[in-house]
Amino acid sequence: MTLLNLSWKNLSNKPLTMLLSLVLFALGVGLISFLLLVNHQISEKFEKNLAGIDLVIGAKGSPLQLILSSMYHIDAPTGNIPIKGVMPYLNPKNPFIKAAIPLSLGDSYRGYRIVGTTANFLELYEAKVRTGRSFKAVMEVLAGATAAQELGLKVGSTFQSSHGLIEDENLVHEGHAFKVVGIMKPTGASIDQLLLTPAQSIWEVHEHAGMGAAPAVEETEEAEHEHSDEEHAAEDSIAENHAENTEQVNQIALTNQEEDHQNDDEAPHDHAEEHRLKSILEYPDKEITALLLQFNGHNITTLNLQRMINQNTSMQAATPAIEITRLYSLMGVGQDALRWLAFIIMGVSGLSIFISLFSSLRDRRYELALMRTMGASPGKLFAMIIMEGLLLAVFGYIIGLLISHGGMELLAGEMKAAYRYTFTGRTFLVEEGYLLLGALAVGFVAAVIPAIQARNTDISETLAEG
Amino acid sequence: MLTTKQLQFSYTRNQVMNFPDFNLQKGEHWLLLGQSGSGKTTLLHLLGGLLSPTSGSIQIGNTELGQLRASALDQFRGKNIGIVFQKSHFVRALTIGENLALAQQLAGLKPNRERIIELLERLNIGDKLRLKPDRLSIGEQQRAAIARALINQAPIILADEPTSALDDHNATEVINLLEEQAKAQGSTLLVVTHDKRLKDRFPNQIAL
Repeated sequence: MTLLNLSWKNLSNKPLTMLLSLVLFALGVGLISFLLLVNHQISEKFEKNLAGIDLVIGAKGSPLQLILSSMYHIDAPTGNIPIKGVMPYLNPKNPFIKAAIPLSLGDSYRGYRIVGTTANFLELYEAKVRTGRSFKAVMEVLAGATAAQELGLKVGSTFQSSHGLIEDENLVHEGHAFKVVGIMKPTGASIDQLLLTPAQSIWEVHEHAGMGAAPAVEETEEAEHEHSDEEHAAEDSIAENHAENTEQVNQIALTNQEEDHQNDDEAPHDHAEEHRLKSILEYPDKEITALLLQFNGHNITTLNLQRMINQNTSMQAATPAIEITRLYSLMGVGQDALRWLAFIIMGVSGLSIFISLFSSLRDRRYELALMRTMGASPGKLFAMIIMEGLLLAVFGYIIGLLISHGGMELLAGEMKAAYRYTFTGRTFLVEEGYLLLGALAVGFVAAVIPAIQARNTDISETLAEG
Repeated sequence: MLTTKQLQFSYTRNQVMNFPDFNLQKGEHWLLLGQSGSGKTTLLHLLGGLLSPTSGSIQIGNTELGQLRASALDQFRGKNIGIVFQKSHFVRALTIGENLALAQQLAGLKPNRERIIELLERLNIGDKLRLKPDRLSIGEQQRAAIARALINQAPIILADEPTSALDDHNATEVINLLEEQAKAQGSTLLVVTHDKRLKDRFPNQIAL
């Protein structure tokens, strides 16, 4: 009969009292562990989707909205920007920019977003094609793993997009069928939920559909073409005046103008009929929704770029890391409230352990005195009661973890529908190890006063009372 | 075996209890008689080391109780003194068998299952081994309490009113068993009581 055994028998002899303490304790532990799990997995997803993107350029509006819509695909886009405004960054020769990925958003198919982009979007998320191939021509679609599975898309499937990000039969772009040419391997990032197509597809759908409603991807007025160079040059010259690193801006502006002239030299193109993909640089008059940028290392130029764009252009630039940190601090308030609730439940469960041990001691006073007459030292009685507190804590902890991880598994399905993100209850966190230490501390503290009382049992007096 | 000298104890300053000196030899059976409130239980607690005397000495075998440190006293008591109380109490969460095993362990001995079974058989409650104490009748509980006092073959058995809660039949049986078993293992037995039914059973008597 070990001390542990004895403590366990004492507890299990009063199953109802034990149950109350256990349920409270498990609730507290479960809630904390659940918060840890959700928090950890959400931030993991967010970080995965950061994908090394240093800056996002888009239309003016809320920077957080820009980041959420263009990187996490969970909010409406802020609007569109003309390609000519971002030409310098799209140029592959720009020494400061490692990768620039244009995004055209605003259309969807049965709730899954269609993203008009270029092939290097895949590299950003290290996505691989599982079946078929990547898009090579207008109206070809490469589907994300989850999207393909949920929509039942296979290589060769065709579908018609609808305008906007929600399902609406009245907004279907009639006559323009997308064709699935490939399906990607799952990555765990938001790309799994997307339908990727060349940016040109989006323009084609919108130019020919003649939708009355204002699309997120607007047609560009041909008339504007005439002024574009002047406007752009003007923008660039403002940028020149304001930027601290004028040399770099000149360089960018120069490249930009060269590019524009090249475009002017070329014959006008009708991409609707021409299904071979040209570089997006060849469409300065078209619009995109956002541009994702990766820098070639960080220096003063890249540091100033965001401020320069925000101050001197009609576009905005946002840093994903900063916006996500801001989002966390916003979510943090709700999380803090829940965390406090969890700590209060833990405190109450500690109190319930204390009360149940304390009242059981009143019933067991004679037993304790008896144990003393049989040779038990005061220290042994102290240890026995402490052990009872710790046992309750350990069992409460185990049940709590079962609740939180089981609950997480059950909720994973609903979370997926709400956030389009997959969660799992089958991972354990280091923080849950600390939670065990915390649980043991609560058990110990709750038991310490009853244990001291047990240790101080006056044998003779107790026995004489009979 | 059990010797007291000028034993004094006081709960409060102006109320001092004096106890007679006595000297019990090994294997002797004694009856300590006294009315309620005469200090019988106090004396028994002093002898069992559950209380410390204000003055005087208690010697068990070669050991002077007053000279033992607290934890050594606990060990000594567990090993050398078996006590039967007026009302039998047990650790309620444990079965009779486990209670006896606990008594062995707390005295620092190894649990000996055979000894437990044999002792319960001798006391006629062998079938109660796996029952919790509250499933036993009062008579059976008192027998189990005797078993616990005897389990470690303590040289001294103290019994505090072991029969007062029992009817004539059970009282006779319990006192018979106590005497038999104490005799069987050569223990010194001291029964403290005001139960007149026991008066004629013991030739050796101390009166308070």
